[in-house]
Amino acid sequence: MSTGYGRGRLSNVTAQEVVGGLLLALIGILILDLVRLLVTGELPLSRLWSFTWNGIVDSLYIGLAAIGLSMTYSILRFANFSHGDLVTTGAFSGWTVAYLVGGIGIADLSSRLLLRADGGAQPGSVGMDVLAAPVAIILGLVVAAIVTILVALAIDRLVYRQLRDAGGIPLLIASVGVALALRYLIAFVYTTDTRIVVASPPQPELSELVWLELPAFLAERTINLHEATLVIAALALILGVHLLLQYTKLGKSMRAMSDNKDLALITGIPTERVIFATWVIGSGLAGVAGYLIVLDRGQITINLGWFLLLLIFAAVILGGIGSIYGALAGSLVIGLTINLSLIWIPSDLNEIAAFTLMIIVLIFRPDGLFSGVETA
Amino acid sequence: MSDSEQTAESEAAATPHQAAESAESATERTGRGPVDDPILRVENLVKHFGGITAVDGANFQVERGSITGLIGPNGAGKSTTFNCITGVYDPNDGAVVFDGTDITGRDPHWVANQGLVRTFQIARELPEMTVLENMMLAPKNQLGESLWRSVVPIARREVVDQEEQLRERAWEMLEFFEIDHLAGEYAGNLSGGQRKLLELARALLTDPEMLLLDEPMAGVNPSLEKKLLSHVHELQERGYTFLLVEHDMDVIMNHCEHVIVMHQGTVLAEGDPADIKSNEEVIEAYLGGEI
Amino acid sequence: MSGSSKLDGENAGNSLNPLEETDLPQWASDLVLIAGIVVATYAMFAIIGLLTGVGLNETVGFMRLVTFFAAVYALVVLALNLHWGYTGMFNIGVAGFMAVGVYTMAFLTASPDGSPAGLGLPIPIGVVGGMIAAGLVGLVAALPALRVRADYFAIVTLGLSEIIRLALLSGSLRSVEVGDTEYGTGGGSGISYTPVDSVIPWLLERPIIGFAGDQLFALGDMVGIESSIIQSGLYTGVLLLFVVAFYLFLTRIAYSPFGRVLKAIREDELAARSLGKNTDRVKITVFVVGCALMGLAGILWMGSQSRVNPDSFMPIVTFYIFVALIVGGSGSNTGSIVGAFVFAAFLWQGPRFIRSIVRANVDVRAPQTIYDAGVELAAGDPLPLLGYVIGTLDELRFVLVGVVLIVLMIWKPDGLLGHRKELAAATDLSRRPTATDGGDTDE
Repeated sequence: MSTGYGRGRLSNVTAQEVVGGLLLALIGILILDLVRLLVTGELPLSRLWSFTWNGIVDSLYIGLAAIGLSMTYSILRFANFSHGDLVTTGAFSGWTVAYLVGGIGIADLSSRLLLRADGGAQPGSVGMDVLAAPVAIILGLVVAAIVTILVALAIDRLVYRQLRDAGGIPLLIASVGVALALRYLIAFVYTTDTRIVVASPPQPELSELVWLELPAFLAERTINLHEATLVIAALALILGVHLLLQYTKLGKSMRAMSDNKDLALITGIPTERVIFATWVIGSGLAGVAGYLIVLDRGQITINLGWFLLLLIFAAVILGGIGSIYGALAGSLVIGLTINLSLIWIPSDLNEIAAFTLMIIVLIFRPDGLFSGVETA
Repeated sequence: MSDSEQTAESEAAATPHQAAESAESATERTGRGPVDDPILRVENLVKHFGGITAVDGANFQVERGSITGLIGPNGAGKSTTFNCITGVYDPNDGAVVFDGTDITGRDPHWVANQGLVRTFQIARELPEMTVLENMMLAPKNQLGESLWRSVVPIARREVVDQEEQLRERAWEMLEFFEIDHLAGEYAGNLSGGQRKLLELARALLTDPEMLLLDEPMAGVNPSLEKKLLSHVHELQERGYTFLLVEHDMDVIMNHCEHVIVMHQGTVLAEGDPADIKSNEEVIEAYLGGEI
Repeated sequence: MSGSSKLDGENAGNSLNPLEETDLPQWASDLVLIAGIVVATYAMFAIIGLLTGVGLNETVGFMRLVTFFAAVYALVVLALNLHWGYTGMFNIGVAGFMAVGVYTMAFLTASPDGSPAGLGLPIPIGVVGGMIAAGLVGLVAALPALRVRADYFAIVTLGLSEIIRLALLSGSLRSVEVGDTEYGTGGGSGISYTPVDSVIPWLLERPIIGFAGDQLFALGDMVGIESSIIQSGLYTGVLLLFVVAFYLFLTRIAYSPFGRVLKAIREDELAARSLGKNTDRVKITVFVVGCALMGLAGILWMGSQSRVNPDSFMPIVTFYIFVALIVGGSGSNTGSIVGAFVFAAFLWQGPRFIRSIVRANVDVRAPQTIYDAGVELAAGDPLPLLGYVIGTLDELRFVLVGVVLIVLMIWKPDGLLGHRKELAAATDLSRRPTATDGGDTDE
């Protein structure tokens, strides 16, 4: 199979430099054009800010999912195509619990258990926003993580453990099987209908949330509390993962294993325990990501994670596979790409821009955009 | 084919200009070693990996028709040199000239088609192909390697005819190496030593002029090693040139006519085995680098 | 290994033939194998169908669908086998290359007055044009992607296939005005064009074929098979002819020095390069040829439809094809056909047949949710649950496909036909020089 011995007359270094240069030039031109648009007033500053903000929000949930994908890629050594469906698992399990708790005494069990598969239990009436039922929402978040972790561990035991030494491609193919089975088991229970499960987000003005005296332009700003919840939860989790990797023995073992599995084995790092931790952290974050996406977007569908998967892959690849900080940086690039590209291209082409970027990076900088930077 | 015939033939193949150039530089470099008719010249070869310099200005020549050994402590840059010669890596600086042709930085397949064929430290047999399929892959200029000739009926007739001739040669080669009883076996099922034999046999079917053997004796049991060495000598008599990287000093000292010692990416010493054995610098390098 | 060494000696001439017990050459025994599996499956479905009261028309219609899907899957799977099975190029962008073929064909043949408009060219030109376009896109994809790792290659091809689909779906390319005419992809609603299977009525108007066709319709009328089933059955027959052509073409490649280089690239590309093989050129050739075949397969697949839209080319289509290839055993053309058939009969259409059986025998009504079904089950009535299962069979089918894929990867990664020794050579390699005295070949 294709090995890394690639080189030819056009040596890799120059091809990389050429493509890197072209990309930089393109970005330069776009920035210049952006300045022009702002100066001429064709692009109001508020619109630029909203694109940027949406990009940051998107990059946070992509980032949460990307951490897990990057970890399984580097520690278990395969491209896990079922990762997107772990995101979906988190979304469905978490919101089921949120409905079960939040809707006690309001809606019937059937609608709550199956997330409105029968059309009952309106999100508004069940109180599905962070102010109406904060306990239910937070409980849902926790359960999303737990259920996804349990599902991932079960899958690992049933499938991936049997294939530990089979190599990347058989594992990749098996993960496609897992993705199909998992997604359509969810569909079997919850049906394939796309539906709204979250009430419209409370949007208080900033002055209602902060006791300090605020200047007028800030005080009247409204805050989407669901988006804010997503941002805060995601940032807290990312910080947590950072602390875990940097300051615990487990984190050090994981970093060692993602660098060199064989060496890690020789130095006596307990492989299976690290793999266990990988699934716990990776799938937990994926589950939370799925839950938060639904909180932000309001609607749920069984294709939620699958449609996101290629974007998550793009983020991981851009950041350089195996580096968690790279995956986060890659997520930021992808999030901003799909949103800022809207300045120039229609919204149904923005994913094309992201995928094209991913392919270019895969071919010309397979170690990621930030290779050479010290990573975890 | 006798030694002189082989030489004459390859001289004829090279353009007059290249032949002259190669002769000229051979006389220039007589100081570095007793090389009268170099088939391979490596000049100031440099290869970096990131911040590490694996080969740092290596210079040596290989005499046509000789068995030359390339030795050195671990990390001396022997394998990288091999990979630079055969086009697996693109050297950062320097030149590799094979039989009067500059092959620096050319693709591995191009180098192989010039008649410079290598084997690998860990044998790279094609595991899910049979031994015979492995062998049949090797010959150069196979008509059937073009898609349309393989498919179009009339053209395929020629392919089939050629296959029959190649099949004969493949069987002969297998018999020469006494692995013909394994012909139908998947190459992946062979023992380590048998794979080494297969790799050498396969390389020979490409009609090379020179063979680069990367640790041909590693993982080979003593009786097979003896057999392999006698094959190498027999092939040398037929006119082939060998350059081998080897860790087994007995093999180097007893079977090579000329030995090149690499250390820290450069050539530390070269000469006949007896000289090398008594060379203080070499002993120092080996002891310093823990043998 | 020690076993084979004992075979050395007097019967060396035969010892390499994996099928030495039979006198049939490999292609003939493969044909028997494929035919056997097909006939046994049909017989089984026919008996079960008739015994359980599904009815003749439904059973025959079912078999036609199985044959149709087996044929179209076989076409794509054979093309994919060239990429993945033989050369080890992990292409999971199959749907994208099919889309390029079908859309090009649609654009070339659609009526100039249509919306979006086409060029109104004859069908054969459309078909060839579609193949060329798919091959060209393959060329563009192959050039830079040659050197990346297998798993990266997978992601690159998947990304490309999604780019193609999203571009076809996009409103920006929906209609492009050139002169006075609106060309374009038609966005989500696609392009309508002359269906490829319109060649069947055309053929039936030709003198001899038309006569044979009349006999066939009369025969069908006698046993009670509707003429529409026969008509679409004839198109399936055309597809089967294409399967045979694909098979012959690819088998010729497989049994040739070219095929040998492909296998060598799959096994160890650097080894092949070190033996003087220009693997880049070979990989590009194979990728382009495979993509063109995928384009053709896509055209034939969609051939009975008069409209194409981007939803037919979701990435999941690629995964079905992979499952079919892996079921049969990648690396073998015979395995590809067996895999395509088994996939079509048991994984794809099989569950629907079960639904027909259940519906013919039990009066089931499907409750709206699994919760309702569970409640009634608790009350002692299992039928609603059965109804729910039957109603969600399309979803459960995906679960089945996924589970089969996992099970195969764990226990039978070589597929149903297992590890076959299909020697890549144009001659019978086992003939030793001493035994050879004349140019006889196994063609």
